[in-house]
Amino acid sequence: MDFSFSDDQIMFQEAVRDLLANECPPEVVRSAWENDTGRTDGLWGALAEMGVVGMTAPESAGGLGMDETDLVLLLEEAGRAALPEPLLEHTAVGIPTLAEAGGSIAEAWLEQAVAGEATLGAGADGGYAVGAATSDLVLLIGDQIRAVPVAGASLVEHQSVDWSRRLFEVGGEEVVLDADPGLAFDRAAGAAAAQCVGVAQHLLDATVEYVAQRYQFGKPVGSYQAVKHHLANAALKIEFARPTARHAAWCIAAGNPDRSRDVSLAKALASEAVDLAARTALQCHGAIGYTFEYDLHLWMKRGWALSAAWGDAAWHRNRIAAALGI
Amino acid sequence: MDLSFTPAEEEFRDEARTWLAENVPAEPLASMDTPDGFEEHREWEHHLFDAGWAVVSWPERYGGREASLVEWLVFEEEYWASGAPGRVSSNGVSLLAPTVFDFGTPEQQDRFLRPMARGDEVWAQGWSEPDAGSDLAGIKTKAQRDGEHFVIEGQKTWCSRGAFADWFFCLVRTDPDSERHAGLSYLLVPADTEGLEARAIGRLDGEPGFAELFFDGARVHERYLLGGEGEGWAVAMATTGSERGLNLRAPGRFMAAADRLVGLYQELADSRGSDLDRRDQVVSAWMGSQAYRWQTYATEARLRGGAPIGSEASFMKVLWSELDVELHATALRLLGRDGERADSSWMDGYVFALSGPIYAGTNEIQRNIISERVLGLPRR
Repeated sequence: MDFSFSDDQIMFQEAVRDLLANECPPEVVRSAWENDTGRTDGLWGALAEMGVVGMTAPESAGGLGMDETDLVLLLEEAGRAALPEPLLEHTAVGIPTLAEAGGSIAEAWLEQAVAGEATLGAGADGGYAVGAATSDLVLLIGDQIRAVPVAGASLVEHQSVDWSRRLFEVGGEEVVLDADPGLAFDRAAGAAAAQCVGVAQHLLDATVEYVAQRYQFGKPVGSYQAVKHHLANAALKIEFARPTARHAAWCIAAGNPDRSRDVSLAKALASEAVDLAARTALQCHGAIGYTFEYDLHLWMKRGWALSAAWGDAAWHRNRIAAALGI
Repeated sequence: MDLSFTPAEEEFRDEARTWLAENVPAEPLASMDTPDGFEEHREWEHHLFDAGWAVVSWPERYGGREASLVEWLVFEEEYWASGAPGRVSSNGVSLLAPTVFDFGTPEQQDRFLRPMARGDEVWAQGWSEPDAGSDLAGIKTKAQRDGEHFVIEGQKTWCSRGAFADWFFCLVRTDPDSERHAGLSYLLVPADTEGLEARAIGRLDGEPGFAELFFDGARVHERYLLGGEGEGWAVAMATTGSERGLNLRAPGRFMAAADRLVGLYQELADSRGSDLDRRDQVVSAWMGSQAYRWQTYATEARLRGGAPIGSEASFMKVLWSELDVELHATALRLLGRDGERADSSWMDGYVFALSGPIYAGTNEIQRNIISERVLGLPRR
């Protein structure tokens, strides 16, 4: 039993955190809200250059041969920065699923995807694939995994509350992958959990900073116990969600038999954490947080979206009940 | 990161499980908050100690087996899963002992640790006073120096099992002119000291599990001073880290209770049918116990890396104490009309769980600590 990350994993996390701090400030997130693609100029390329985009592919395919335990910290960082790029769909789900499937589909797509020259999308079958229009191949995960090349596919777009998340219903010619749909779903749900933790952490940090400098009645509002206890409650939810998200990543990487149950534990707790963090952040900011100009809502809305994506808390709680035999 | 148990850890688990299966009393012991039950629990501590299971993480010379923190957590998982009795020695072993290891002289360590671990000397905490609960720094009990002795005058209260304990670890004011956090000292006081009287108080469950201590000229030798004279606050804060964090209430205790709750739901669903609302409450409690488990193993890795437990212990205190209430309240709801029956262990557990958000620093104090010392919010 060793819950520590290696120096390399921590260094990789710090490098990505630095990159996003510099290259993904709120103005950049906002640009993805307003533009045609929902994505940024150049950030995906920068992440590809660092090796992040294809890191989960085997080295033989040009990747770094890394697994979910390497990726989980980066997903937390992506959440913290509200990164509008397909780290979940492409890196956490698409690449390992294609590598698992092998065969002609992997031959056609994997190396390009690892290099960042082709983008993989993913969505729940019967649900939405985020960013399908800027993807080249979309994996629809249900009872089986259907891969649909975007060229020639029919896309029906819907707007998300988070404007950078372009939602698509995808139809078209498909190939059924020889890969485990349960595993692919858990990869997506586990990655969403890690991102929820990161979003929640940012919401908490931003609010702590705000209430320390906002004065009312001659004192920082953060000195009032009512505000403190709201924030302590949000911090508690995050503190206990984070290790379960990291544990879920390990379960996926290690092929643990309780994987699905423990991914659900993580996603349910992370969804609850980000829901509470968003609610608390807004309340503790007061009216300024309720404006479109102030940046807080970028994270709030990402949090709402991710909380519901890939199974909301109630869905995952039901899956836990089934796993417990009740 | 490797979140599987090593073969050595698995072997340790098997050994603990096997011993517990053969040794845990078939019938529950009487409540440790009664005179007879207290002695039954003391006997159980002797039995645990003699087999080397009382204090697995301690050095061998004090009766331990030098187990790692992970192994101790594994032991706790097995201990509570086996349905073994509550630990009457826990205030000594879990709260005082870490402080004795950190602040005690070698003579004090040799004098106190072994009998504490075996239950030969059972310890109770003497901190709270009638006018100083959450505001611990407001204590007034004085211990005036008289040569090699301290002479204690004052009153302590809410001492768990104080009417039966052999020793008390007390926080007292040794500098009569001091205020608040300064001038305090940490004194170890034998229960049979002349001028000390312990009077039992009935707790919520009606059992004499609380005591008030009245000090009227009780003389205690300076060799029973733990840490420096006037440094009691710093010594006491080391104890609170143990009390709030994983020492006193390891995840295994709540994992076992959550598993029993799942079992109770299954049993009742067989006869009464399923109830999705109550089922979700059971899942919630199970999730809480698992979250505490993984957060604890993550904390273990941080501690092994040299980080202090610090104020993060307050996260744990709030989590386990509120989880314990939720777990037992859920069980009582599942039991429906049988929930009120006093012969149910769930009602006993519920009444005990309700003390959790109060003792060891109320959860309101813990939330202040989280917001001020972990999040860094302004104190005023």
